[in-house]
Amino acid sequence: MSRSPLHRDVWITGIGLLSSLGEGPDAHWQRLTDPAGPKPTLDETSFAPHPIHPLCAVNFDLQIPKKGDQRQMEPWQRIGTYTAGLALSNAGVAQQAELLDRTHMIVAAGGGERDIAVDTALANELAASNEPAGPFLNKRLAADLRPTLFLAQLSNLLAGSISIVHGVRGSSRTFMGEESAGADAVRVAGARLQAGQIDLALVGGSASAPRPEMMLLLSAGDVLLTGPYRPVWQRKEHPGFALGSMGAFVVLEDPAHAQARGARGLARLVTTISTMSRRVPGTEQAEGERLAAELAPYLAPGPLGVLSGASGAEPATSAERHLLAAIGRDRKTFVRATGTMLGHSIEAQFPANVALAALALSQGGFYPPFEPGPMEAPATEPVRQILVTGFGQRRGEAMALVTAIDNSGAANAN
Amino acid sequence: MPIDRPTWPIIVVTGMGVVTSLGTGKQDNWRRLIAGESGIHHINRFSTEGLRTTIAGTVDYLPGHYNSVALTEELGRLAAQEAIEQAGVSSTAFPGPLFLAVPPTEYDWATRVLSARRVANPGHGDYAQFIAVAAGHREEYEPFLFGAFAQNLAERFGTRGSPISLSTACASGGTAIQLATEALQRGEADMALAIGSDGSITEEALIRFSLLSALTTRNDPPEAASRPFAKGRDGFVMAEGAGALVLETLDHARARGANILGVISGCGEKADTFHRTRSNPDGSAIIAAIKAAITDARLTTDDIDYINAHGTSTPENDKMECLGVTAVFGERAGSLPISSNKSMIGHTLSAAGAVEAVFTLLTLQNQIMPPTINYTEPDPAIPLDVVPNVARPARLRHAMSNSFGFGGQNVCLLLSAEPA
Repeated sequence: MSRSPLHRDVWITGIGLLSSLGEGPDAHWQRLTDPAGPKPTLDETSFAPHPIHPLCAVNFDLQIPKKGDQRQMEPWQRIGTYTAGLALSNAGVAQQAELLDRTHMIVAAGGGERDIAVDTALANELAASNEPAGPFLNKRLAADLRPTLFLAQLSNLLAGSISIVHGVRGSSRTFMGEESAGADAVRVAGARLQAGQIDLALVGGSASAPRPEMMLLLSAGDVLLTGPYRPVWQRKEHPGFALGSMGAFVVLEDPAHAQARGARGLARLVTTISTMSRRVPGTEQAEGERLAAELAPYLAPGPLGVLSGASGAEPATSAERHLLAAIGRDRKTFVRATGTMLGHSIEAQFPANVALAALALSQGGFYPPFEPGPMEAPATEPVRQILVTGFGQRRGEAMALVTAIDNSGAANAN
Repeated sequence: MPIDRPTWPIIVVTGMGVVTSLGTGKQDNWRRLIAGESGIHHINRFSTEGLRTTIAGTVDYLPGHYNSVALTEELGRLAAQEAIEQAGVSSTAFPGPLFLAVPPTEYDWATRVLSARRVANPGHGDYAQFIAVAAGHREEYEPFLFGAFAQNLAERFGTRGSPISLSTACASGGTAIQLATEALQRGEADMALAIGSDGSITEEALIRFSLLSALTTRNDPPEAASRPFAKGRDGFVMAEGAGALVLETLDHARARGANILGVISGCGEKADTFHRTRSNPDGSAIIAAIKAAITDARLTTDDIDYINAHGTSTPENDKMECLGVTAVFGERAGSLPISSNKSMIGHTLSAAGAVEAVFTLLTLQNQIMPPTINYTEPDPAIPLDVVPNVARPARLRHAMSNSFGFGGQNVCLLLSAEPA
């Protein structure tokens, strides 16, 4: 808790979403509230036996007009840069130089794509040879690596590309560390706004699912879902996640600042709590109870929507069940694991769920169950507060509370 | 739009640790820095056959064998241990959060080849096969997650909350200090640990920078390669190291009777929108970052006594840094001392901002400015007082430490001698 003399509300005034389901808030709302029942878009063959949620068709020219800029990026950066543009447009900040000069950015990032052809060729030659690797690697890497690929790989160059393409200048920070990076990006940006350190922030991340070098790492960790595809809560005997391509950004803003420029708030970001438990086996229930207790003071009476970042990886997903059970003892909860519909996008998952929470609250509705079964009951009452969860595949447990802005929301701004 | 800002608490430094190619610890580093010694040497960690650059400031003197992931963690651990011991608080239950600047994590080639060796017909595998045979090899997963460094260090020192790992390229160390300062100002804790660490020199890392023509090729003698602000400079020297700072609110430090080493009196930041690797030729983002730091400290340009330069020794950086400093300081720029630690320790990349913040605070404590060595021929386009070749005593109260990075990153810290 901050002891800052100021404690302001934080509004979400813009969302940018790009995923397997489509582009923008409307497309996501339609797909996820489809009266025929929401269905994911899957590719179960390209990386069989591991299903992925591939990116929808995108005309990147719409947010990254210069082909030269697009050529400097690989899909991870392109998706993120494009989606950051969507969020800035949605908030009415795009092209507004004076606002962009004061827009403070935190991007959650891993690394960018490698050259798979080069890696495959060199790894094969080294695997088949008993020669010392050094001189061979020096010669081949110097000859075969595309010089500018390094700039597509550096973690902070997604933020750098966003600055170049969209003119975000206030500050630029990149957090790393898988799922926690996304949650901490939201947490720190929110804390800076609450304390009055800044007035306007852009936060988010991106992921590209069809990345062999990422799947190699994740395969070694046994965290990839092996087909056939199953919804998240049905993976206990087959743990793992299906990677999802995703761009997710939100614009966070001081309410008074938003009102002064005539911008509307989509929802309030009440708080973000992120922790790193040691995940000692047998302590999951106690950890769940502890997190529920930490959240309790922020909850209003009434039902709670939950947009869960549960991936299906274990033991994280089982640990999250304990948290949800603890919260569900005292109130009606309507849980939706977005990984079922969107796949798992690691750094981008938490920002995506914050964006989807703001989307639902701004629409005055909530999402229907994404899978049958006891975990996801239909919402029988209006949802005015949504909990976003993010239990990382290996570490980090996070929660954000997002609530509806009253029609008299102006009174919330101090 | 003006908003009434609270008066933030004053943030001070009560512990510092540093590791570079010059040695482990403040004492050895400072002694050698003031003597104008270089830590740059020929690389023997891996073969440099066929490479255009064959020198670096690697840290090779630690006992044991480390890959880049393990070395980055170990360097950070050593620096943090020194800082926490100096601060006089628990090194197993540190009472605050961790902000950690580290390089992005990737497999090294040794690991990448393991899967290629495991396939049925080695030498003819493809990624689908590599992915299939990797299953179950958690030793090829755990250390290569981006969050691994931070969790390992957070657990070792018992820091509180979710540790932040971050990268702003070559400004990362400065960003870690900035984030920690902001968290303390918000009142989230009374103390925080900021670390910048980088042990990432591998053949591929070297080749990547080399392909961007960022590195010097002046390999002989190695100690003369890094020549910030001098005529004929032709690129930076990659280096390793770590810097760590224990930050604390002034009130908390005084209440527990801690020895105050210096003050984080201002932080400034601006993102450049011009190009991935180059600053806007008008210097606007550098200028804005420097001005923001001075404003944040409620000081004026006349108050600044010394600048610890980013000073990488690339033709571009040093020219742009001179332009920025000249634009902000005007006529004073020519007589305002500015020196580059990188002339001696090379560019410690993700660690640089933290390493150089430690050296800047030592400069204030000792009232001696470390030199810019290898300054044998001035660049007429850079008419600055770079404290050439020999350390110089001076009366110093406020000093600036600059960090700039690929991706338009510009961070400027204002550090001050302990409050009267």
